[in-house]
Amino acid sequence: MFKFKITCDQATTICDKSQYRKATLLEILRLRIHFINCKICALYTKQNNRMSRIFKKNMREDAFCSMTKEEKEAIHTAFQKKTSMN
Amino acid sequence: MRKKGKHTLHPDKWIDLYADYLYNYTMARVSKPEVSKDLVQETFFAGLKSMKSFEGKASERTWLVAILKRKIIDYYRKINSNKGRAEVRMNFYSDGDNQGDWLEERVPQTWGSDADKKMENEELGGVLNDCIEKLPEKYAMVFKMKTLRDFSTEQICKELSISSSNLWVIVHRARTQLRRCMEDNWFVK
Repeated sequence: MFKFKITCDQATTICDKSQYRKATLLEILRLRIHFINCKICALYTKQNNRMSRIFKKNMREDAFCSMTKEEKEAIHTAFQKKTSMN
Repeated sequence: MRKKGKHTLHPDKWIDLYADYLYNYTMARVSKPEVSKDLVQETFFAGLKSMKSFEGKASERTWLVAILKRKIIDYYRKINSNKGRAEVRMNFYSDGDNQGDWLEERVPQTWGSDADKKMENEELGGVLNDCIEKLPEKYAMVFKMKTLRDFSTEQICKELSISSSNLWVIVHRARTQLRRCMEDNWFVK
């Protein structure tokens, strides 16, 4: 028989998946049913949506476009050592 | 230099031609400058060592990236076995009758009526970064690939050689920990 009942751990996992639009309809249904008896996970979900907005707005990529000239030199020197040994 | 296929190898030019490309490729996955540099260097060395097996079917760069991919998987396995395992504080009972329920002390708190206003505060970014820094490395690595860099689930699974259920467990743990950290340090203080 189809199991509707899920634990809070499973419910919050579904909620996390849904933040990336990766939860299935069946999972969303289970989550909704879980909310009827669990206000904690309903609150988690509300806050999780907020967290997604926070991530979107505040997570930035550090600049990591290239290695410095010195760093490349260092690899180059190590590299030449290896080549001369071969 | 060997000629079988149409491509050939020129190791003396590797650093100039591919160091930046490989470094960016690595940074987008492991996020750590020092680690990325080491992995790129290891890739060049490994390439040098296995030049004989280059058949010229793929371009030089593709061939080097294939080596680098193995290095990244190895690195992920290393952080996974070292420290990535136990130190995430659990949010749910892991066994007994109430397995899967919220641990009492981990239950989400109400964030208060000023939560929306607090989300606009400029200092929030700094607090968030501190929280991400506190994540175990493997959680941070997967979480950033998924959330910041929009890698597809399939791609992450393939590149780190993990199952999709494993990936979601990691994302779930990272997110519950970040939610908790932001609650303690920002929303409910």
